[in-house]
Amino acid sequence: MELLFALVIGALTTSGVYLLLRARTFPVIMGLTLLSYGVNLFLFASGRLATGQQPVIGTAASYSDPLPQALVLTAIVIGFAMTAFLVVLSLRNLADNENDHVDGRREAATPPSKLEQEVSDK
Amino acid sequence: MTHWLIAPILIPLLGGILQVFMGYAPISLRRTLAIATTVLMLVSAIVLLALASDGSYRVYAFGNWQPPFGIVLVLDRLSALMLVLTAVLGLFCHIYASGGADEGNRQFHTLFLFQLMGLNIAFLTGDLFNLFVAFEVLLIAFYGLLMHGGGSSRTVAGLHYVVLNLAGSALFLISVGMIYSVTGTLNMADLAVKIPQVTGNNLNLVKAGGMMLLVVFGLKAAILPLCFWLPKAYARATAPVAALFAVMTKVGIYAIVRIYPLMFGEDAGELANLGMDWLFPLALVTLSMGVIGALGADNLKTLVAWQVIISVGTLLAPIALGSEAGLSAALFYLVSTTWTVAALFLVSELVASQRGAAGDSIVTAPKMHHRTFLSVLFLIGAVAAAGLPPLSGFFGKLLILQSVEPGVEMAWLWGVLLVGSLLTLIAYSRAGSIVFWWNVDGHLETPEPMNNRVAVSTGILTCLTMLIVVLAGPLSDYTRATAEQLHDNQGYINILQTPVHVPQNPLVGEIN
Repeated sequence: MELLFALVIGALTTSGVYLLLRARTFPVIMGLTLLSYGVNLFLFASGRLATGQQPVIGTAASYSDPLPQALVLTAIVIGFAMTAFLVVLSLRNLADNENDHVDGRREAATPPSKLEQEVSDK
Repeated sequence: MTHWLIAPILIPLLGGILQVFMGYAPISLRRTLAIATTVLMLVSAIVLLALASDGSYRVYAFGNWQPPFGIVLVLDRLSALMLVLTAVLGLFCHIYASGGADEGNRQFHTLFLFQLMGLNIAFLTGDLFNLFVAFEVLLIAFYGLLMHGGGSSRTVAGLHYVVLNLAGSALFLISVGMIYSVTGTLNMADLAVKIPQVTGNNLNLVKAGGMMLLVVFGLKAAILPLCFWLPKAYARATAPVAALFAVMTKVGIYAIVRIYPLMFGEDAGELANLGMDWLFPLALVTLSMGVIGALGADNLKTLVAWQVIISVGTLLAPIALGSEAGLSAALFYLVSTTWTVAALFLVSELVASQRGAAGDSIVTAPKMHHRTFLSVLFLIGAVAAAGLPPLSGFFGKLLILQSVEPGVEMAWLWGVLLVGSLLTLIAYSRAGSIVFWWNVDGHLETPEPMNNRVAVSTGILTCLTMLIVVLAGPLSDYTRATAEQLHDNQGYINILQTPVHVPQNPLVGEIN
């Protein structure tokens, strides 16, 4: 279970960081979302992985730590709010600059693709 | 347990909630109530300063949970100093904003008050995860303020700032997770007990967590490789927001000062002074970078934004060296530089409003309106920022220079700080003489008259630097005592033994 868990966190974080470094706001938002999934799983694992354990000390030989779960819950809520804000902000960026480049630049060399054309027409 | 500790958080929270429901009330009523809230907050901060100045720690345990099991607020000299610093700055920015900058967004005062609340939580909390929550609270309010006023250039700068800080939050969570997985606690006092006991493989985990925390705080404080977002975001925000922004980098510095001497201080065994040998050269490079940016700035706001980076470098260098005198000097300079930089932002905005099309660009233009008043304010601000006598910046820098012990570090710090100050002075002289003295003939449209609120708040905030000079004795005594308190970890750790008042439960008897 540990290996699988670690691989999942690794895959989420890697793809998150890769997408975060892209130049368009949509992949950046996706990247941040994936990154926050990876981080939340990591936080969850910081209380050690255990199944079928009680979250109360003293009732059994080992217990599952309830605090990381509370932390993850807080982190999810905050991450959700931040992502919503970021989506609105990048829509505003798209509307202001008619382009979803993170620097708001218009690319002169390549003509806008069909899809982008449709978006900016709307 | 005193309930005063929660006041600086509750007052802006309740005031902000009130503003949410008053979005359609007349603007004069909203302004009056909002400023009344900020004044109340300042009063509560001053009360806390009076409480903290006896040198003891005061703890407020939420839900009456004995630390380290519940979240606690901890008041000590450092927290109280930061609270008063922020409240004073917040009040003058708020008065300035009520002079017209708050129009166009019904929720300006709400966001402003929520941001003050976030700052106060960050300064009071004694819990690492709660610090993360405080950062998010103040950031999300700040994102809204940054967008205030609109304009496409603001959107792009805001987008960069938001994405960067979200990545920073992810790093913060990872480092919190790493530290928690080894120590099993998030209470700062308990961490200070547990971290020195860490051994073996776990040591590397805590080390990695600690270094990542430094990256996060470095991002907030705008240390060199992580500072390029700052000039853009600051220079494009509206003046009162940018002025309040002056305290945002100081939150990062506060977090470093709060956490590193406590958790990774001299008592931390193998983890002692973690990251501090990295921080010193980085601080000096940040300072140099800020000076280069200031020399190259083409408008006043960008110049002041680079001044923020210069002050970050100047503050972190003595903090990284870790001596008590250095910490005390840095805290003295922190008070002075925060107010000065904020005042300079406000002055730049006023200059921009009185110069017609030239705005705050450093170019020759027809003679501006209210030139004498604005040039005097700019002169005071520039003298304080560059660190010339007789204003407070000079004393701050002098204390920092005196605090270094002879050696290689001293040579580096003296060299970089003195040359940097000289070049900053050149940058300000150049900007000031072009903007205020070199006039060309031409017609300037009559701008909107400066109203009293804007002029008075800018004037008073600028003159606070003189107040610091007058009160230099008591202030430096206070910062010295603060540095002493920060170096005495045992005092902070003792908050774990705070007796929690348990009220007699009338039901217990009945059940038995």
